[in-house]
Amino acid sequence: MNEVLQGPETRQDIEALLPGETSILQLQRSLRKPRVLLSIFLSLLVTVLTVFALVPLFSVIFMLFYRGGSNLSASNFWSLPPAPFEEGGGFGNALVGTLVMVGVAGLISVPFGILAAVFLAELGPNSRTATVVRFCAKVLSGFPSILAGVFAYGAVVMLMGGFSAWAGGVALSILMLPIVMLTAEEAIRMVPSKMREASIGMGATHTQTVIRILLPTAMPSILTGVMLAIARAAGETAPLLFTALFSNYWVVTNNQLDLHQPTASMAVLIYNFSGVPFENQVQLCWSASLVLVLMVLVVNLAGKSFSVRTPQR
Amino acid sequence: MIQAPKPDATTGEAVIDCDLKELYYGSFKAVRDTRIPIRKGEVTAFIGPSGCGKSTVLRCLNRMNDLIRGFRFEGHVQFRGNDIYHPGVDPVAVRRHIGMVFQQPNPFAMSIYKNITYGLRINGYRGNYDEIVEKALRGAALWDEVKDKLRQSGLSLSGGQQQRLCIARAIAVEPQVLLMDEPCSALDPIATRKVEELMTELKKKYTIAIVTHNMQQAQRVADQTAFLYVDTSQGERTGHLVEMGKTEQIFEDPQAEQTRQYISGEFS
Ligand SMILES: Nc1ncnc2c1ncn2[C@@H]1O[C@H](COP(=O)(O)OP(=O)(O)O)[C@@H](O)[C@H]1O
Ligand SMILES: [Mg+2]
Repeated sequence: MNEVLQGPETRQDIEALLPGETSILQLQRSLRKPRVLLSIFLSLLVTVLTVFALVPLFSVIFMLFYRGGSNLSASNFWSLPPAPFEEGGGFGNALVGTLVMVGVAGLISVPFGILAAVFLAELGPNSRTATVVRFCAKVLSGFPSILAGVFAYGAVVMLMGGFSAWAGGVALSILMLPIVMLTAEEAIRMVPSKMREASIGMGATHTQTVIRILLPTAMPSILTGVMLAIARAAGETAPLLFTALFSNYWVVTNNQLDLHQPTASMAVLIYNFSGVPFENQVQLCWSASLVLVLMVLVVNLAGKSFSVRTPQR
Repeated sequence: MIQAPKPDATTGEAVIDCDLKELYYGSFKAVRDTRIPIRKGEVTAFIGPSGCGKSTVLRCLNRMNDLIRGFRFEGHVQFRGNDIYHPGVDPVAVRRHIGMVFQQPNPFAMSIYKNITYGLRINGYRGNYDEIVEKALRGAALWDEVKDKLRQSGLSLSGGQQQRLCIARAIAVEPQVLLMDEPCSALDPIATRKVEELMTELKKKYTIAIVTHNMQQAQRVADQTAFLYVDTSQGERTGHLVEMGKTEQIFEDPQAEQTRQYISGEFS
């Protein structure tokens, strides 16, 4: 009785079910078939090209660690840039300047970006305004960054009568805005519509649904977008050349943050020192590059970690 | 099957009187000639083949269809004698009195505790949340399973638990009517049993309208049953009410031929 009920559970049983002895050979893959050869060739090709594509990236990172890491010291982080024949020095003011200007840019672009995203995703997703705004944002995200600098030069520098951290922040915020806006729109759209329905069904108003359900649920992905935008802005040089320029002094003096003066940034420091004939400054340029790349990397990773924590179910 | 008469003197009073003469999504006429009174303290089931407009009718009862572009209808829906589609009526207020549980369990991505208090918080209610949370969870037969993990995400629960959480969330604001759109269709048989048992408990306090495609379920839980139908084999696309009556009558002595055929499974 039992034997009849048993299925072909053991290996022998299964092999016994296969017709004839040649069956295993038929299943084996032969290197002589053109289909198999083509498949192997294509796999190899893809692998090799991938490796080639990674060569520039890794050689840059290798160079940065090799040239920049060797002389990087803690005092670089809190010293001012050295004069041409001076020894030592650092990029402390540039580091602070970058943080301050990216901070200003974030304070401008994040609220506007998120509010615009709420409009695009919730209030009028199919309206004409939304179509136009979305198109402009896409154009803006591929915008030559130097034009953002020119705009901020015209709009802020000329108006306020001089180069300043404000102007730098405005220029960077123009680059951050489309990234924040488009990723936040996507993030809000990704909130399952059944959650929206649940909230409306509970008697929540549209505003309550946006503030209490949609934004909190989308927040991890929105933060990822903000981080990507920050990473992009931190590395930009061109927009700062017209707006914040550079300075050999701290942006904070006597414990007071002064946003109305020319301000140093990592990117412009690297730009300035990369073409000079002075050994120490060139050396500092490498170290600053390494630090900037690591900063951008860390911000990117932080952004990724936010989106990993998004509940999947 | 003999049913003892209900002690409640108000039995039989229609809390919601829904009369849909013609209902459109854009230019598509989805429902016609459907009048369904929802009686107080009873469970009213909507049965019928898919596409006949059960969800559509149910969602009219708390104005959830307002979210759909192109939705409009002729007729009226009255809640305790007031037309809920009157221009002066706030749909948000309607939904606070007439709660809804959906086909897919849809807890918010927040803790169990916060899921339950959501309805209170959006109403600006200040008071003892702990008490209400416990009462709602007990009411949804979920308290014993989650009392030690109220701070965990509502999404961490199983499907059946999530659905009972949604029921708890809906009853936490003490609505007068509870609408349920196929609340068990995403659940396994054991979870379905639990939700069904829960419904017989809930009807002591709430008026319930439930959509189900499961006729046994309608027989188990419903006092009144409405049979809606759309004869797609005849090229018809507009659903309508065929008949409505006491559940036993619909299943044992249907008046319409279509009802008889449907409940005996003669339609495929
Ligand atoms: N949002 C909508 N827009 C347009 N047509 C819809 C929409 N929702 C439902 N319908 C249509 O209305 C009819 C009834 O749908 P529904 O109420 O969901 O049926 P049921 O719940 O009985 O399966 C169907 O023909 C369906 O295609
Ligand atoms: Mg349905």
